Amino acid sequence: MDLQTAIQTAANAGAASCMLMMIAVGLSLAFGVMQMANYAHGEFFMAGAYTVYALYALGGVPFWVAIGAAVGVVCGIGLAVERAIFRPTRGNVLAGFMATCGLAFIIVVFCGEVWGWGLMKYVPKPYMMPFGIMGAEVDFARMLIIPFAIAGIGGLIFFMRRFKLGQALRAVAQDPEAASLQGISINKITALAMGISGALAGLAGGLMSVIYAVTPELGHQVILPAFIVVIVGGMGSVEGAVIASIIFGFTHTFVTTIFDAVVAQMVIVAVMAGVLIMRPQGLMGRVAI
Amino acid sequence: MPFFAREYVVEVAILFFIYIILAQSYRLVTTTHDWTLCHVVLYGVGAYTSGLLAKYFGIPVWVCIPIGGVMASLVGVGVIQPLLRTVGFGFFIASYALGELIRLVWVKVHTPFGGPRGIIDVPYPPVVAGVDFSKPIPYYFMCLVAMLVCLYLMYRVDKSRIGDAFKAISIHPLLAESIGISVPKYRTLAMAIGAFFAGIAGALLVHRLGAVDPRVFDIITMVYLVIWVVVGGTGTFWGPIIGVCVMQAIFEFTRPFLEMRPMFFGIILIVFLVFLPGGIESAIAKAIARFRARRGVVAEKV
Repeated sequence: MDLQTAIQTAANAGAASCMLMMIAVGLSLAFGVMQMANYAHGEFFMAGAYTVYALYALGGVPFWVAIGAAVGVVCGIGLAVERAIFRPTRGNVLAGFMATCGLAFIIVVFCGEVWGWGLMKYVPKPYMMPFGIMGAEVDFARMLIIPFAIAGIGGLIFFMRRFKLGQALRAVAQDPEAASLQGISINKITALAMGISGALAGLAGGLMSVIYAVTPELGHQVILPAFIVVIVGGMGSVEGAVIASIIFGFTHTFVTTIFDAVVAQMVIVAVMAGVLIMRPQGLMGRVAI
Repeated sequence: MPFFAREYVVEVAILFFIYIILAQSYRLVTTTHDWTLCHVVLYGVGAYTSGLLAKYFGIPVWVCIPIGGVMASLVGVGVIQPLLRTVGFGFFIASYALGELIRLVWVKVHTPFGGPRGIIDVPYPPVVAGVDFSKPIPYYFMCLVAMLVCLYLMYRVDKSRIGDAFKAISIHPLLAESIGISVPKYRTLAMAIGAFFAGIAGALLVHRLGAVDPRVFDIITMVYLVIWVVVGGTGTFWGPIIGVCVMQAIFEFTRPFLEMRPMFFGIILIVFLVFLPGGIESAIAKAIARFRARRGVVAEKV
């Protein structure tokens, strides 16, 4: 691997880590607050990509307006899922997880029926120009996600530490009963967590729609790495998810470039098994899962 | 029955028997509250083992099928070792990931697993005493017998001390440990037994289809398996059987809407989890209890 390829791969790895980070942080946040795993989170990502496809590529709406719409739409889906699935099944992780598996099926079929199965949807890139770093050509559109991920997740961590509402979020994650005794409405906080989680997934999906082929299977491809990141980072730990997604984004991209995608997937799963044996609570988790 | 039905119906019935073994073996694993998401992969281990042995080593199919079960059992024990320290959410995601690892090995390694296209030309069972087991009707009876034997064995496990220990672990692991049940040992045992029967089911499948495709053993099939078990209920032995019956009937009737089918299944799954978490069997049990109560009231009045 020469220097040029190494730089290019590192840039791609950075973008992949940021995408994984935005998905996994939302997943981890929702898990921390509700003790609920959302299998349909990959489909949230896909819904964001489809919103941008429908508005920007088909409807001719400006790109940034379409991104905003994707955030809004997926945030709305997140709130609806919280109300319709997670609230009735609260306290039963398995039921919530399985019900969101069912929801994932529904969203996939919906997108497939409306916009067609199997065909690769082409979303034109809003910014065509590549830019050069030390002789390597880096795709500008792919790098767009990096500032958004840093701003979004930095903002989230700041919000959770400094704002009253963010502290309430953390309080519910620590002990829902004690939090509700302090006058925090659990339902409002879980809705907030799902809203944030959906908005991050929608933003990531919208930004990545110009890179990936938009198909109904898109959600499927991202959900397993995202879950592995959440487990390795520590369940419900936002900081752990950030660290783990950087590790996995770089490992996955470099192994894919050197070998291929199947080997990369295997390496990631093997790393996860190793972490589980040595540290079952994950890198930053407090309690065993 | 099979002598009068069309061949297609016989084929569906064979699949139906295999699915009952699969669903019941999954229920056995879930009695310890370990909802693994790699059960379909273990079913695939049985299929691959039996298919490869019969194809490349010429071992008789009757020997291959139990070996497939044993192999699935060994792989299941291997898979659960890193997972024993996790419960609940971590457990099922990690089991999903490890199952996916095994499946990717099949996709990646071309010899002997055949890569993404799987293996073809798996031998059918031979002619024994004038009965040709490669034809659907003899195979139907073979599967029927295999299913009854497997169900009987699993029923005995479920009712034995071991089965009680599994249920104790699912209700209260700490309490179970305090009365001398080794939780990791029994979780491994549940996995080993469940995986064995799943492997048998897989081996029965491969010698009927004559081919293995690694795509069959992915997470989608796993979710379908979970749907059967959830719809039927896992509280008693009969729940998964009811689940397979009901869902396979729906599966066959929704054949005209092939692309919409996952949506129906998704809706059914959500409705059951939200409104009837105990599955159909709990509804039946409730109905029987109400019926008995009403009859009791009538009897008192008389």
